[in-house]
Amino acid sequence: MTQAVALAIGVQRAESPGLWTLAWRRFCRDRVGLASFLIVVFFFGLMAASGLHLIAADWSKEVGVNYAPPTFMGPEVADGGPSAPGSHGGERTGVENPFDPLAGVLAEIRAASGAASVAEAQSPTLVFGGDRWGRDVLQKTIKGTETSMFVGLVAALLAAFLATVFGALAGYYGGWIDDFFNWFYSVFTSIPYLLLILAIAAVLNQKGTLTVILILGLTGWTGIFRLVRAEYLKHKVREYIQAADAIGASHARRMFVHILPNVSHVVLVQLSLHVVLFIKSEVVLSFLGFGVGVDTVSWGSMLNEAQSELILGYWWQLAAATLAMALLVTGFSLFTDALRDALDPKLK
Amino acid sequence: MTFANSPETLIGIRDLKVDFRLDRTTVTQAVKGISLDIPVNSTVALVGESGSGKSVTALAILGLLPRENSTVPPGSQILYGGRNLLALAPGELQKLRGADISMIFQEPMSSLNPVFTIGFQITEVLTKHLGMTGRQARARALELLREVGIPEPETKIDAYPFQLSGGQQQRAMIAIAIACEPKLLIADEPTTALDVTIQKQILELIAALQKRLRMSVLFITHDLALVGEIADYVVVMREGDIREQGRVEQIFEAPRDAYTRALLLCRPQLTRRPRRLPVIDDFMKPGPLAGGNVEERSRGLRGDEEIILEVRHLGKSFYSREGLFGKREFKAVKDVSFKLARGKTLGIVGESGSGKTTVALTLLRLRGESSGEALFDGKDLLSIPQDEMMPYKRRIQIVFQNPYASLNPRFTIGQLLMEPLHVHRIASSEGERRDRVYKLLEEVGLPEVSFFKYPHEFSGGQRQRIAIARCLTMKPDVLICDEAVSALDVSIQAQVLNLLQDLQDEHHMSYIFISHDLAVVKYMADQVMVMNEGEVVEVANSDDIYRNPQHPYTKKLLSSIPQGWRGARAR
Repeated sequence: MTQAVALAIGVQRAESPGLWTLAWRRFCRDRVGLASFLIVVFFFGLMAASGLHLIAADWSKEVGVNYAPPTFMGPEVADGGPSAPGSHGGERTGVENPFDPLAGVLAEIRAASGAASVAEAQSPTLVFGGDRWGRDVLQKTIKGTETSMFVGLVAALLAAFLATVFGALAGYYGGWIDDFFNWFYSVFTSIPYLLLILAIAAVLNQKGTLTVILILGLTGWTGIFRLVRAEYLKHKVREYIQAADAIGASHARRMFVHILPNVSHVVLVQLSLHVVLFIKSEVVLSFLGFGVGVDTVSWGSMLNEAQSELILGYWWQLAAATLAMALLVTGFSLFTDALRDALDPKLK
Repeated sequence: MTFANSPETLIGIRDLKVDFRLDRTTVTQAVKGISLDIPVNSTVALVGESGSGKSVTALAILGLLPRENSTVPPGSQILYGGRNLLALAPGELQKLRGADISMIFQEPMSSLNPVFTIGFQITEVLTKHLGMTGRQARARALELLREVGIPEPETKIDAYPFQLSGGQQQRAMIAIAIACEPKLLIADEPTTALDVTIQKQILELIAALQKRLRMSVLFITHDLALVGEIADYVVVMREGDIREQGRVEQIFEAPRDAYTRALLLCRPQLTRRPRRLPVIDDFMKPGPLAGGNVEERSRGLRGDEEIILEVRHLGKSFYSREGLFGKREFKAVKDVSFKLARGKTLGIVGESGSGKTTVALTLLRLRGESSGEALFDGKDLLSIPQDEMMPYKRRIQIVFQNPYASLNPRFTIGQLLMEPLHVHRIASSEGERRDRVYKLLEEVGLPEVSFFKYPHEFSGGQRQRIAIARCLTMKPDVLICDEAVSALDVSIQAQVLNLLQDLQDEHHMSYIFISHDLAVVKYMADQVMVMNEGEVVEVANSDDIYRNPQHPYTKKLLSSIPQGWRGARAR
């Protein structure tokens, strides 16, 4: 409300850097931070573009031969490999089984799909290789980035939101409310993490992006809760809160208008740390088979596929997912570090 | 630049400059080329307000300047025994530190390591610098504790810092500092965090040790009055420069520099009460001193004033859990009664832990349950239900001690001042509220652009003005000032006191003025209430209580006030 006022009489406004402006200036001075920020922005751009179907919209099209090698390696020719151009991989090459009862049906399907794929003309190599079905790994990685980042971000937002509300209530009111939340927290953290995740996954009993988000968000709030509660404990006895009490500000106002902006740097840093954590957790979940559904692709599902491919020597799917993940996670972590330094409020 | 007819010099500082790098582009010069001598066997006082570079000078002598962002340009010299301390290798310097030169800091609690016993911390110095064995060191530590006057040294040697009182902690700190019988003891505001009675004891201890051990003391303080009692030489610093240096009698009797004169007169004195306190600017401007200082203000109650607030038998207890079901009661305030007259000031003085702040916070209902009653307009403030409290809340307001902590750092000044108007729905429109805030800013002496600035852009004194303006938005009848000027520099203190007085004259507010500083209370208050350990010891008109104290505690308190130079001669 008061901000609106300040803007309304902006005529005589003398430019005065707010705390956020100052933080931004400090941030810009940190070169590593700025570089990592650009990486994060790039990934966000990728995620947005992919989400709007601007790029990687047809990631599921089988554009290349199966396990098409990356272009820079050239088409695979050696040791009688499966990829004679035009053919569809090992399982389709063999001799027909004369006793197959479905032979007729299969022949029909094969004829139809054969016609289609011939029309598409599958290329022998792809930019960063192809997977088992000849899908472009690069496009798949982009689509996977979208899924993984979306899961990480939304789950982290959910966790941070829960933690902030719980932490604010517990820290601000103290007494039995604090006791209750602490008890709740203790119970939650006493269960082994993976077991808890598996239990929630079993209860929700359906695979999908939303499930993964719920699992991670509902289990991940504990650490942030602890920190937010501690910050509230510290701030509620500060003089400026007493001053707010003295002028008659209500509890809710003191909690969310006065204290929250002063602890927001903690929440923000934790939020970005948890984005990284949840992206990694999603990978683990998908690897274990509790991840996103079969119709979506994420870094986790890519890695899951990669475990069987690696034995056969097809390393590019693993490399692509790992590289993308390492880049984002490192960038995000460094960005978080820089963010924490920049947001550290120097209350002179 | 040496003192006239000075004896042998222990440490000579020549053209010392210290630069601090704030960020990549800004560098400030904290010390701008000062030269001074510390003679053998004497006390030199380094006096100045915050930012004058006095502590930086001390840290430079010890070689403790932060390496990351401070630089000492070549050409600066600190000579000790023919060697330049600034050019010494870190290892060499470390041998000197603690042995030849040692230091006492302002906060005894944070300069003692909380996880080691006092004994351990003293013996550490002895074994490290003098190569004593454990047994020898312990014997010497006991001797030292006895020397600095800690009671029962045999038991206290194994005590942890938190088991000692503030005064005892500072004594332990001094014991560590003098363990190796240093030639120079640097005392950086050693008494600022202590109560006035303990301050006196510590000062006497330092003076006695200086004589007995024949060491030199570099005494750093912001309080010129303290200096008069213990120093032989005085150096006055401001903004990194030395304004004046000389023997103590010269500084006090014939100060040559305008700033020294200002420092001497800006502080309220016990003997005089001008209508307006002089501020630094009055002295720094050329021409005669502004008038108005000659006229004295008379204080006190006649007895027929309108009473606005009457407190009867106020009590406040805190409980701590003991055992499984037990509760231990701590009575912070016991049976406090007083009356506050309209347009007058009640001063509350007392040492830390006397309950003076608890009285204030209880009256504002910031501290929960309490006993007794506080009649305000015929209503008992302590028993009104919370939801009927709002109209009364705006009529009693408080200004807190620390202007750095009492303003929300994420709000602009405009937001800070508009908030009470919104909360209490004062004024009909947004524009009207804004006009009000602008008028208030003008009234407390801040420019209009302050409306859009954040608290961190203001100095301590300006922030305290903002805090006062925030209270004034609600036009309170009673304003409680809880150590409102204690954290401010002497010159700023005078400005804020003048502002408070002007506001009282104009709006006829009543003040409850809480302070540990007896001179400030004497200046501001009509009536003074002395508190000790939660109880009211004495209440009287302020002139009477200072002229003729009745209670022994009041007498003790008054005799502990640093008297400045004249008092020193009577010693």
